[in-house]
Amino acid sequence: MKKIDIASIPHVSELEGIKKVFDESDVYKDYKTCREREQSENKIVPSLEEAIRRSGLKDGMTISFHHHFRDGDFVLNMVMDTIDRMGFKNLTLAASSLTTIHEPLIEHIKNGVIHRIETSGMRGELAEQVSRGLMDVPVVFRSHGGRAAAIESGLLKIDVAFLGAPSCDAFGNANGYSRDNDTGVICGSMGYAKTDAQYADKVIILTDNIVPYPNVPFGIPESDVDYVVKVDKIGDPAGIMSGATRFTKNPKELMIAETASDVIEASGCFEDGFSIQMGTGGASLATARFLREKMLKKNIKARFALGGITGQIVQLHEEGLIKKILDVQSFDLDAAKSLKDNRFHQQISASYYASPNNKGTAANQLDIVILSALEVDTDFNVNVLTGSDGVIRGAIGGHQDTAAGAAVTIITCPLTRGRIATIVDHVNTIVTPGSTIDVVVTDQGVAVNPRRTDLKTLLSKAGIHLVPIEELKEKAMRIVGEPAPIEYTDKVVGVVTYRNSSVIDLIYQVKDSAEE
Amino acid sequence: MMFVPGNNPGMIKDAYIYNCDSLMFDLEDSVSITEKDAARSLVFHALTTIDYGEKEIVVRVNDPETDTGIADLEAMVRAHADVIRLPKTATVHDVTFCDEQITRIEKAIGMKAGTTHMMAAIESAEGVLNARDIAKASKRLIGIALGAEDYVTDLKTNRSPEGTELFFARCMILQAARAAGIAALDTVYSDVNNEEGFIAEVKLIKQLGFDGKSIINPRQIKPVIDVFTPTQKEIDKSLAIMAAIEEAHKKGSGVISLNGKMIDKPVVMRAERVLHLARAAKVLGQEAEK
Repeated sequence: MKKIDIASIPHVSELEGIKKVFDESDVYKDYKTCREREQSENKIVPSLEEAIRRSGLKDGMTISFHHHFRDGDFVLNMVMDTIDRMGFKNLTLAASSLTTIHEPLIEHIKNGVIHRIETSGMRGELAEQVSRGLMDVPVVFRSHGGRAAAIESGLLKIDVAFLGAPSCDAFGNANGYSRDNDTGVICGSMGYAKTDAQYADKVIILTDNIVPYPNVPFGIPESDVDYVVKVDKIGDPAGIMSGATRFTKNPKELMIAETASDVIEASGCFEDGFSIQMGTGGASLATARFLREKMLKKNIKARFALGGITGQIVQLHEEGLIKKILDVQSFDLDAAKSLKDNRFHQQISASYYASPNNKGTAANQLDIVILSALEVDTDFNVNVLTGSDGVIRGAIGGHQDTAAGAAVTIITCPLTRGRIATIVDHVNTIVTPGSTIDVVVTDQGVAVNPRRTDLKTLLSKAGIHLVPIEELKEKAMRIVGEPAPIEYTDKVVGVVTYRNSSVIDLIYQVKDSAEE
Repeated sequence: MMFVPGNNPGMIKDAYIYNCDSLMFDLEDSVSITEKDAARSLVFHALTTIDYGEKEIVVRVNDPETDTGIADLEAMVRAHADVIRLPKTATVHDVTFCDEQITRIEKAIGMKAGTTHMMAAIESAEGVLNARDIAKASKRLIGIALGAEDYVTDLKTNRSPEGTELFFARCMILQAARAAGIAALDTVYSDVNNEEGFIAEVKLIKQLGFDGKSIINPRQIKPVIDVFTPTQKEIDKSLAIMAAIEEAHKKGSGVISLNGKMIDKPVVMRAERVLHLARAAKVLGQEAEK
């Protein structure tokens, strides 16, 4: 080989990184075939314990999980039991969200395995006990976009991410379904897990379905993955997703939905090429049906639908009424199948979906978002987190993010639920600030945020009967009466953050009736 | 007219939010014998507490010739129900007996005589044959209605999608109502999930001449309104007829014609009815009429 003198290269000091002459001994040539390597040098670790050991997990570190398996999730409980057995303590659990199936966390909190929690939401017995003061350190609640931003900026540093996947190859290309070997366990988009995989120090994929390399398309690329663990079961398919989300038959929800579609039609956004996000509540889903009729009648097509995706949206897509789908979370089997089969149904990460900090967020391109609410107050602030008894029973989800991003943010909710008023003087917990809410559609009237004089004019002109939100509140009070205030202690059990990590509200411990 | 079971607080509570013309709270067949008192009390308190706005409030009572029926009447007249719906009306006596009871109660509480209206539901072969006399039996009567479920049982048949078995009763009730100058209402359509079948039936009864349809679910409201709302073409034509009339009156002309066709009284009356329906459906504002 030719002799090269580095120093003789002109301007070599300006050529950064040019310092060393090629040396044959640095070359490594692998003669093994892909198949051989798949067998021998893959990332598959024999057991979860081994993967945890190799990840370097230590007491006090932060671990993360996604909630794409919803109430069918086996991964979080399985990992936590293993971590507990291995004797780790004092961990921070940062899940994209928690559901009723995560009740066993209560024991891990009591045993000191988990010291604190970050999540989008919480339900069931865990939420009940947290509300009653189970934890010393308050739970931090973040929106999906806010969580992604916190991860990106380093505010929320994940040491080890444990990500369940319905399919994965030996090198870590993981996805929410598989084109090679469909086991029937599918979750569609891996949106929330994608951000964790990208930023966590160590990433462990747990799967029950090792497929041939390369697992294409993938939600999580092998370049982000450290270890793969094969487990017997990642979840219960029935709990991970139901068949198709059915249209509601509840006449009140249908009525709200029809009014919401009238509002959209009159909002000034309803033109060819509009963009939309619809929640999964009965009324917001049903809005799709009424909107469909208007789209057909006026020959209007949507540019894209965003967010949590259902079979209803897929149907509109397959009909050609919605051109593209950006899917951070597939809510039902039809949505998951569409992600697998439809070319313009795209899987996106939580960050791409809603982070306020990155270089481009799909939520900011929304014209219309339809969201639900547990409570709305006369300043249009929305609560989606705590119930009328003060107990945590919901999730922020993308509420704050899409409300801020969309040109027109519509809340659909009944005026009362049973004996509970939905429109109130002050919400229990402010989750989404009223300044980002534009229209509230109830079964007994439509209220427009006074900031939106433009919308008020447009809707009035279209013949939509508008009422001040105070009037809706009065009406609700007349029906259900003034409730007795919830009794709290002064202990903070939850910190509700806005999408930029600022604190928007605090959740206090609910006083036990026994203590009175 | 939307049926609301009298023992369902959730449905009673906000029945007024839906776009139907009248609400019928049922104390009769949708309430089991053990719940009659509770339902009566519930509906009484609902009517005296909740603001049902402009909606016509109808209560279907139990047979007035029973203790339960009398108790229903005592409570509902006091609750200021607009209309008492008499079930299973078969004879003139059924109507006059109920009328007398209402008169007695109105007098007892110092209510102006005749305030409470009545509607008779005809649900048997005998009732259908007596329809003509029933319709004229009381000044309180504002309409008669067909109750098909009991009627087809009485006929020893069942309901078909085409409604062939109801044809005679529908025509009979309609003639009786028209002869007496009161409204004719058609029966319920029970298969809530069959929207297509429902729309076909509403079209049929509208064509026969009925004034409206009884419904059992808010989801049935829109199809009824859609069928009964005149088309823009019908509205335009009717407006033109009324304008031609006005013009002729101004000129003092006796013979009126529009586009070369003579307009006589039935034409005008039909045009008036179309405009009345259009106004009721809010598809015709005052501006358009001018």
